[in-house]
Amino acid sequence: MSILHAIFQPGLFSNSSVQDAAVLGAVVALVCAPVGVFTVVRGQSFAGHAFADITATGGSAAFLLGVSPLLGFVVMALAGASATELLGAERQRGRDLVTGVVLGSGLGLSALLLYLTTTTQSTTGAAVTVLFGSIFAVSSSTLPLVIGFGASALVLVGLVYRPLLLSSINPDLASAQGPGLRAVGLVYMVSLALSVALSALTIGAILSTALLIGPAAAALRLAKSPGRAIAYAAVIGVAATWAGIVLAYDSYNWPPAQQGWPVSFFVVSLVLAAYLLSQLANRPARRA
Amino acid sequence: MFSGLFSGFMVNTWLEASVMAVVAGAVGFFVVLRGSSFEAHAIPQGAFTGAAGAGLIGANTLLGVGTFCLLGVVAISRWGRRGQHDVVTALSLITLLGIGSLFLSMSTEYSEQTFSLLFGEPLAVSSSDLLPTALLGAGCMTLVVLLFRPLMLSSVAPELAAARGIRPARIELLFLLAVGVATTMALPVVGALLVFSLMIGPPATARFVTDRPARAMVVSGALGLVTVWVSITAAFWSNWPIGFFVGTFAVVWYVIGRCLARWRRKPGPGVVGARRHGVAVGSTQ
Repeated sequence: MSILHAIFQPGLFSNSSVQDAAVLGAVVALVCAPVGVFTVVRGQSFAGHAFADITATGGSAAFLLGVSPLLGFVVMALAGASATELLGAERQRGRDLVTGVVLGSGLGLSALLLYLTTTTQSTTGAAVTVLFGSIFAVSSSTLPLVIGFGASALVLVGLVYRPLLLSSINPDLASAQGPGLRAVGLVYMVSLALSVALSALTIGAILSTALLIGPAAAALRLAKSPGRAIAYAAVIGVAATWAGIVLAYDSYNWPPAQQGWPVSFFVVSLVLAAYLLSQLANRPARRA
Repeated sequence: MFSGLFSGFMVNTWLEASVMAVVAGAVGFFVVLRGSSFEAHAIPQGAFTGAAGAGLIGANTLLGVGTFCLLGVVAISRWGRRGQHDVVTALSLITLLGIGSLFLSMSTEYSEQTFSLLFGEPLAVSSSDLLPTALLGAGCMTLVVLLFRPLMLSSVAPELAAARGIRPARIELLFLLAVGVATTMALPVVGALLVFSLMIGPPATARFVTDRPARAMVVSGALGLVTVWVSITAAFWSNWPIGFFVGTFAVVWYVIGRCLARWRRKPGPGVVGARRHGVAVGSTQ
């Protein structure tokens, strides 16, 4: 009982920002599960990470203009996705390079916007908030927006689920089956951008890859079918976010500063632990 | 307007930035050739944690960055043998950044310093940094020269390289080490997030200009030099973060390179070329 008390400290369940964070984290993890699984299977982790970094531009623009950061994240993620698609659609080979160049310009721009934010307003630490995030800082008024964007990403993925799966696993066969492959790829890119933006809001722009890739990579090691992989990824993602929130709440009494450890740190560590455990679980089965 | 641009400590910056641009151009040639943009992005970004950690315990920034570069390189190349390469790179990166976020939360009073570590600070070079930077640069260039033939071979024709007894895993490790060393030099000046722009923008453009590896390296080094020189001047003058200029220049070079390549390849424009050409002409008039 005392251990339970030590883990779930008094006030945890009645704290409204903890409740909001729990809902937000769960929604984001659920959206990231299917999109993340497709991202890993398609080998598009770099694109996922690049869009996440680019969202930092939107986050800093939102800081400068004083609008909701989520809007900035979403707009910039979509812009990054379309820029990559426009520049790199011609050939598959140079795609990583194009992603890198677009990413570089996005990060450069966010450097400027963050600099302007710190000079025109007296807010310091905008850079840290945008890049490393804090789930507790998200205002509860953005929750409906989060749920709306999350639902649209899920619907988009659901609509193209079968052709997307086919084109992810066997692109040649998919292109032989008919046109529309480009459209399927585009729909996937949009849902990737949406889920990256949501994830950036939750654990910060440059850490958001953790929620997208981590649970999906772990789940794909454990599961035999894509559907099951998505389910496992959702469970791992939600568990990591919730456990991260609880640990961060507990850490307010921890050394050195007595001001709490960042939620993002816990979520990332837990996601990583899940991936390492999945590797251990997978190994004997493969040798037998 | 430009008084003080070459005075005192700015000389250190000019020296270091020039060495760094040449080294990044040479290493970047292989980054582009191998399609290793993600690794070239992940290693510097992860090394930010080293800089933050060094700030926390009061150690030398260069040392911290170097240590975490090494950690990133080892993690990516060791894990990468078993898992999917891009996934492993992403996971190595977020591991380092996760630790970085913890370091940052422990030292909140340094938010300005954090910003310059992420986005660059043209005045960050002290005289005591020059010798280690020069040594790192020389080491990195030696590594590139030694690796040139096996790296070329294993990048262009992996089967042939394997037949000659070149072990891809070892080559990969040494190549990532070169990226790590270039990062360690460049990070304090250009910032963790934009180092990779120097390793991608100029070399990618150079490959549009020429097909010969050695010439491409020279061109990419020259473009890198122009990039950092103009960026330092602009950052000094406007007080804007230097990373902004470096990132923007990388895109400008790349777009110019692509236009050049298209213009060269199509003397008599085809259907697509004609349309695009028409659009371009129409927009300039």
